[in-house]
Amino acid sequence: MTGTKSILVIGGSSDIGHATALRYAKEGWRVTLAARDLAAAQRNADDIRTRSGVDTTVQSLDVLQTGQLAGFVAGLSVLPDTVVCVVGELGDQLRAQTDPELATTIIRTNFEAPSLLLEQFAQAFAARGSGTIVGVSSVAGDRGRASNYYYGAAKAGFTQFLSGLRNRLALAGKVRVVTVKPGFVRTKMTAHMKLPAPLTVQPDRVAEDIYRADVTRPRDVIYVARRFWLVMAIICALPETIFKRMRI
Amino acid sequence: MSGRASGISDPGGIRLSGWGNYPKISTELLAPQSPAAARDDLLGRSGVVARGAGRAYGDAAIGTQATISSRGLNRMRRFDAATAQLTIEAGVTIADILAAFEPRGFFLKVVPGTKLVTVGGAIAADVHGKNHHRDGGFGTIVDSFRLALPGGEIVCCSRSENVALFAATLGGMGLTGMILDATLRLLPIETAWLRQDTRVAGNLDAAIDQLESNASSTYSVAWIDCLARGAALGRSLVYLAEHATRRDIDRLGPDLAPFPNPRTQRLSVPELFPAWLLNRASMRMFNELYFRRGAAHQGEPRLVHWNPYFFPLDAIADWNRIYGRRGFVQYQCVIPLERARRVLADILDRVSRRGDASFLAVLKQLGDGGGPMSFPLRGYTLTMDFPVSDTLFAFLDQLDALVVDAGGRLYLAKDARQSRATFESGYPGLAALRDIRQQTGATTRLASHLSARLGI
Repeated sequence: MTGTKSILVIGGSSDIGHATALRYAKEGWRVTLAARDLAAAQRNADDIRTRSGVDTTVQSLDVLQTGQLAGFVAGLSVLPDTVVCVVGELGDQLRAQTDPELATTIIRTNFEAPSLLLEQFAQAFAARGSGTIVGVSSVAGDRGRASNYYYGAAKAGFTQFLSGLRNRLALAGKVRVVTVKPGFVRTKMTAHMKLPAPLTVQPDRVAEDIYRADVTRPRDVIYVARRFWLVMAIICALPETIFKRMRI
Repeated sequence: MSGRASGISDPGGIRLSGWGNYPKISTELLAPQSPAAARDDLLGRSGVVARGAGRAYGDAAIGTQATISSRGLNRMRRFDAATAQLTIEAGVTIADILAAFEPRGFFLKVVPGTKLVTVGGAIAADVHGKNHHRDGGFGTIVDSFRLALPGGEIVCCSRSENVALFAATLGGMGLTGMILDATLRLLPIETAWLRQDTRVAGNLDAAIDQLESNASSTYSVAWIDCLARGAALGRSLVYLAEHATRRDIDRLGPDLAPFPNPRTQRLSVPELFPAWLLNRASMRMFNELYFRRGAAHQGEPRLVHWNPYFFPLDAIADWNRIYGRRGFVQYQCVIPLERARRVLADILDRVSRRGDASFLAVLKQLGDGGGPMSFPLRGYTLTMDFPVSDTLFAFLDQLDALVVDAGGRLYLAKDARQSRATFESGYPGLAALRDIRQQTGATTRLASHLSARLGI
């Protein structure tokens, strides 16, 4: 039991955010969920408190209001030991192709806002000398695909941001950055899709892998559902001349 | 990689079946992610029914037009340790509750034979446990629930509020409305163990004698060898059990932790289970071993963990696959007390002659039912699996005739094939359910394949 530790989940109304917070709470970590949809976050917080007996609070945060991110971090009553950012939005690729506003929102939600927010935590953690930053990116960022390239491009940017941040902080010492690349996860975001069963995981599997990568077996980059690492290695190795003819 | 190219959103058709893999039926499947969304999905639809974990064996949780999954309604709300009252959404499973509260010293007073059912489903079927003869069904631990009616109204039901709706929903198979959440009372326990006594019964009469003379036992159940015939017809192992106290542990298992950490050992049945493994010789051998092992424990009380005691089959994921692609039906009847011995002997005799039932059947004493549509009535219930075959349904019709003649009934949560006549003769409370359905506007709006088949 690490009873004094605390975790802050950005995107606390999401399924992965909920599962991750619950995984930490079961080890006694205190939990704060930050989200734009406070009612949904509160429903998750009640669940976590009831299941684990651990004190759980919610905080209002709209990450797209980037001007307020520094104030949010500075205003936290407790700087958490671990911050997990699961903010993301798949968006509708077809619509985004003709709707620049939607395309902008997808890019900002998956890349700009999480990056600016985690930069704030990086500075606060570095000043304190400890902390773990977990960014949930996506295997969609490993290679651009016809079906979701705004989402994929933004996730690619976020993945590279996390990589650069990790490199910067590695020289400073005790602040860690973990990049998580889930593949297909059964969540609200994917509820309308048919997903390939052997490659699809439940949110609690993502949560377990995040907890392990942070606490029990520290790692920098993790693919949830290990076989996805192989799938993406193959996909990334395909020459562009061939890849562009495939409907993947 | 959340692909649209391969991930085409479903145009509304999905093939669903119950746990018995029979029948398989096309329906639209909705997956709301909150109670409010579930209510919205229900609003204005017809031919719809809620579905929990899909553990009803037959066609009870498949809507004639659409099926609303409650699995997204899986959040717990609050727990009050002083009153042991727990409020949870309808899609929370019994396994979820036990995982969260068993380590804190709480159990559920009524559990069915699998923990992989949702709370909503447990209420809708008013499931019974091995203590039904003493403590009643799942409804007895339910203080209240919120029900979404087809018109979109959300009503709170309890023993003091919307009383008739509360009662009709217990065992109402989801036909009164969609259960959104519920408040239950948990049972404080001193340890995770049960003190189990095993008795060997040479035949059916002896088994019923054992259950009768131990009616004060909290938990009791008999496992019957369906292959035994003649004088040994109905030979059984009778398991009696009580929640073990700390003193029981000191006496019977001083090395045991009161609440041991759960082990994660899960066997799984492969998709194509070789059918030849299920033959008469292998089943006979299994039963012989099973009964010898049980008999060896006779007379000495043993400590058994709650998990294998209550949920022996949950350790084998997808055990329903052993019956192959055509699926199986589970036949569960209850026979009123005074006729039970003769009629159950007749049923067992026919089953053992036919020879394709599950190797083990379960015999259990039941008390009075909880709601007008609750399955239990004072008497004995017998449960058997039968693989679906060309001759099966005609055979089960014969068993139905015996059940009807004895004033018994079949369990709707297990049913996939009984006739309207069999059903109507077994459930005199049907009129009350129909009244309620009329009043709430549920008559055509809430309809499962079971309700359409049986004319509910």
